Amino acid sequence: MAATARPATSPRDTAGSRAASTLAANRSGLAIGAAVVVLALVAYQWDGVQTTAITARTVREAAPLILAALCGLVGERSGVINIGIEGQMLLGAYSGFMAASYSGSLLVGVVAAVGVAALAGLFLAWAAVALRMDQIIAGTVINIVGAGATSFFYVAGRTMPRFPQWSIPGLEDLPLVGRTLFNHGPLTYTAAVMVLVIHVALFHTRWGLRTRAVGEHPGAADTVGVRIERLRYVNLTLAGGLSGLAGIALLQSAGAFDRGMTAGRGFIALAVMIFGRWRPTGVLGAALLFGLFNAVQAQLQFKQALDVPPQFFGMIPFILTIAVLAVAGVKARPPAAAGRPYDPE
Amino acid sequence: MRAVWRQWVLLPVAAVVVGLIAGALLILVSGDNPLTAYGGMAEGAFGGSDAIGRTLEKATPLIMGGLAVAFAFKAGLFNIGGQGQLLVGAAFAAWAGFGLDLPTVLHIPLALIVGGVAGSVFGAVAGLLKATRGTHEVITTIMLNFVAANLTDWLVSRDGPWKDPDSGAVARSPHVADSAALPRWGFLPVGFLVAVAVAVAVWWVVNRSVLGFEISTVGQNAKAATYAGISVVRITVVAMAISAFLAGLGGAIQTQGVNGRFEPGFNSGLGFDGITIALLARTNALAVIPAALLIGAMDAGSTLMQSRTDVPPEIISVIQGFILFLVAAPSVVRWMLRLRQDLGAGTNVDLAAGWGAS
Amino acid sequence: MTDGSEPTKGTPAETIAGATRSGPTVAPDGSPWLLEVRGLTKRFPGVVANDDVDLTLARGEILGLLGENGAGKSTLVKMLFGIHLPDEGTMWLNGTEIRPTGPGDAIALGIGMVHQHFQLVAPLTVAENIVLGAEPRKSRLFDRRGAERRVREISEQYGLEVEPSDTLGDLPVGIQQRVEILKALYRNAELLILDEPTAVLTPQETDELLAIMRDLAANGVGIIFITHKLREVLAVTDRVTVLRRGRSVGTVDTSSATTESLAELMVGRSVVLRVDKGDAAPGPVVLSVQNLEVRDDRRQTTVRGATFEVHAGEIVGIAGVEGNGQRELVEAITGIRPIHAGTVTIEGFTVHGHPRTVREHGVAYIPEDRERDGLVGNYSVADNLVLTEYHRPPYAGHGLRHTDAVGRLASELVEQFDVRTPSIDVAVSTLSGGNKQKVIVARELSEDKRLVVASQPTRGVDVGSIEFIHNQLVAARDRGSAVLLVSAELDEIFGLADRIAVIYEGRIVAVCDPATVSREDVGLLMAGGQPSEPVAAG
Repeated sequence: MAATARPATSPRDTAGSRAASTLAANRSGLAIGAAVVVLALVAYQWDGVQTTAITARTVREAAPLILAALCGLVGERSGVINIGIEGQMLLGAYSGFMAASYSGSLLVGVVAAVGVAALAGLFLAWAAVALRMDQIIAGTVINIVGAGATSFFYVAGRTMPRFPQWSIPGLEDLPLVGRTLFNHGPLTYTAAVMVLVIHVALFHTRWGLRTRAVGEHPGAADTVGVRIERLRYVNLTLAGGLSGLAGIALLQSAGAFDRGMTAGRGFIALAVMIFGRWRPTGVLGAALLFGLFNAVQAQLQFKQALDVPPQFFGMIPFILTIAVLAVAGVKARPPAAAGRPYDPE
Repeated sequence: MRAVWRQWVLLPVAAVVVGLIAGALLILVSGDNPLTAYGGMAEGAFGGSDAIGRTLEKATPLIMGGLAVAFAFKAGLFNIGGQGQLLVGAAFAAWAGFGLDLPTVLHIPLALIVGGVAGSVFGAVAGLLKATRGTHEVITTIMLNFVAANLTDWLVSRDGPWKDPDSGAVARSPHVADSAALPRWGFLPVGFLVAVAVAVAVWWVVNRSVLGFEISTVGQNAKAATYAGISVVRITVVAMAISAFLAGLGGAIQTQGVNGRFEPGFNSGLGFDGITIALLARTNALAVIPAALLIGAMDAGSTLMQSRTDVPPEIISVIQGFILFLVAAPSVVRWMLRLRQDLGAGTNVDLAAGWGAS
Repeated sequence: MTDGSEPTKGTPAETIAGATRSGPTVAPDGSPWLLEVRGLTKRFPGVVANDDVDLTLARGEILGLLGENGAGKSTLVKMLFGIHLPDEGTMWLNGTEIRPTGPGDAIALGIGMVHQHFQLVAPLTVAENIVLGAEPRKSRLFDRRGAERRVREISEQYGLEVEPSDTLGDLPVGIQQRVEILKALYRNAELLILDEPTAVLTPQETDELLAIMRDLAANGVGIIFITHKLREVLAVTDRVTVLRRGRSVGTVDTSSATTESLAELMVGRSVVLRVDKGDAAPGPVVLSVQNLEVRDDRRQTTVRGATFEVHAGEIVGIAGVEGNGQRELVEAITGIRPIHAGTVTIEGFTVHGHPRTVREHGVAYIPEDRERDGLVGNYSVADNLVLTEYHRPPYAGHGLRHTDAVGRLASELVEQFDVRTPSIDVAVSTLSGGNKQKVIVARELSEDKRLVVASQPTRGVDVGSIEFIHNQLVAARDRGSAVLLVSAELDEIFGLADRIAVIYEGRIVAVCDPATVSREDVGLLMAGGQPSEPVAAG
């Protein structure tokens, strides 16, 4: 049997091969990304204004999806399916809006959104861990209460402070890239930063190693003394905060709270997470792809470039989500313990 | 016997009571008197034959939605798409109602069936994807809700084929022919009777038929079902199709019995109501009837409640959320009532077994 | 405490443990025992899993913990490892009383455990698995390189070769087990508990593990080796403590023990390992498997060109280490799993998926994992007894079920197969393991079948039920059925089979006659080796 163990290689070699395998794992993502970039450049030559409008909108549309999908990702990596993201986003957006509206401060709004959505995450953890409730039903409860409560307490006609537009001096004037990447509201940058933060946290910290272990094989983590339940409480609460940020990102685009303003994005985010294979970088790519389709759809509709009823454009993101799941979902390998309460026996 | 009493009566009633108390607190927070609000709700739901008729009318699609969710549960499927299937059923029943010219004895059942089948085809997509691609039905059915809303919107919109030519800018279908309309007998809507009959039929199929046995076996243990020679793929598609048929039929009854035509977006939230009702009924088809009557009464009474107290009808969804939580987590109610653990598990549902084909 | 009627070869510790003393005792060399357990008792609702158990372990010693399924071995080590809390009794480690309240506690005390089902995370690397829970950090981040360096150091120190950066899920079982051992050593374990470590290993891997255990003991680690395989106990341990029905019935020096004496201690009577059966009278070929290829759930080909036949009136035993394609082979034959290439024919009928059609050709199937595959836990005993026939008369007609007929059948079978159940209407999940298996056996063997496929039919079943199930299989053979028996227990194969087919990596590498082949040769074949003398075909 000794023959099966490879001779020890130097650390440098393993690091190199690891980088190579990371590249290989993301090959299809990189290919799609490269194709999109090439396409954008070609389109830019053809119609610069339109193309820039679409690429900028792609990034803007992707931001809430990224944050919401990261919320789902952290939950599932810890072994809990979160189908209540839609409700969490609504709760976050509503509380953020009302807090900002009454206080006149965006920061207070963000804190309120993150806090309330985090509480919803804590509730999911409690239901899943302590009550051992079916996680899908627990998430559905969040969706029903989220939609119901935000409609119940809805007050028409209020306004909140506008979100600033942060442009990066020097970079914003670059053709195509400038408007696309360096001229956005704060939440769009936050989404990008969060991808990096979650990536590093998940793959390069003690917390991340334990989280991944708990999502795959809680028993193994338990037998080395990792406290599974506490980790799930903490992670779902933090993830709830991310969905609160996603709600704020919706406010950033819309300017005010509206009933049901999530319009299914909480569920689309789950498709983004699955398409992104439960990796933050994958989530980034998948969200940009969904954002791109949305942006193209919106631009075509806005320009009335095609004589197609608007309802058909409206269906696109949802049909796309189903198609993505039906095609990509087959190969998907979710964290093995996602959805199951941990039973120490 | 005591266990049965607790499982079927005490726990659900306790969940409803606690849900109502939670709603009362919210009403207090928003500055109204809960007693006035609930009083208005009760009067609007039960005060006189008109009110009762309205409650029955509201309960009718809820029975169908509850049956749809409960039936899918039997096969281990979570059909959150009742709303979309109901919309499609309602639109197609309207088409059969205004587009065909038939004697009443044929027209009513035909339009009902057209609606049911349309919903069924729509929902079977989710079953097919689940069975062949492993795509989780929770996501597909929710996505299909949005597709259904857009599709039916378009059907009766300015460019749509089923637009009422006399309605001007209003998007709606023409009125169904009298021969397709479900009548009212006094205050009793015939559609309600249809729904009750369907509930009995569903109960019978689940508990007495070979198909029902196969569906429950797949829902309980798909591996053992395969072992026993049952095709899990076939049962998944069939169960989802029947579940969606029930929702579509609910839409058809609504069109033929209440609305008289198809109008977009008349039923927002009905799909989620179905989940609460199905779980409150512990997925038993007969128990769906009282559960739906309860929610229907809240619905019917909400208008009077709002006119008396300014409490918006959305309070009902919040109350429903609480009820759903409490019936799905019976340990909480048990703890509140200081009951012992001998109650047995709650509603046995296990849906969250992961995504994908694995 | 020992059972008075049992022979006990007293060590010095035993003598002292018999006295009523509250403090810890000392090892023969005068130092405290590494581990001493006295009077440990654990009760679960309706059962006393451990009843007044004693044991001692010295530094550098290997203690065998021997017992049948359900004898209480797992409960005992779960208490040592802090997973269960004892109801009564005391544990001392190095003379200090301990009471671990969780695995983390036990690890901190220097207790390491290699679980029967590996507690490893497949997508993580070897190093990540080893350091999980006690990760090195460098500037607040996880120090992956440091972890790999440390793992390499330990693996060299103890001669347990692994590559720290390999992904665990890609490694063979034997290497994964090394990772488990390294996990304990990384945490400076002085006491290592190995729970049935050889169940999943080839004989060669087992030999390597035994050598590793000796090395570890020479390095001063105390080892508790849990097993029910007598040969391994004799090969590697210094002393053996035997558990029976939750009680420690004796501790003996391995040097003075024999297979027979240990077996008798374990079972409490002289055991007959042989099943009472006459000679087979093979008839024509019933099952013919030709060049069969089957894929597993991950689309890996795990049955790769298997070819063999089973005749009417004989039992063919498939011997092999678990995970060599047995499950996929059986599922392909019964139509549950699609056939990728090759053919399966049953008296001329070619199998193409469709479990029901296969059944209709007279095939009975006792599946490996009865809870998962063979029963619907929430269904009544009656519905489970009719699970494969529910759709045909007299149990159904015109799309409706006839519950009266089902009830009559169930009452008959419960009587005939001695299923111990309060009624035919209780959920089958409330029955004991042996009675659940009897429900399946009753359903599958109540009528004469052409072919009986039985996969691990006695796993986790009490001794009485094992005998009953073995007799039923032999009776089916004697009535002219072809029987295909898949078992990981060589004793079961040798006891029942008329011919032994050895499976290795999805191929049938040999077919032998149990009367002439040696266990060692079968073991060698199971490991992919070739015996020095050609094995006679049966």
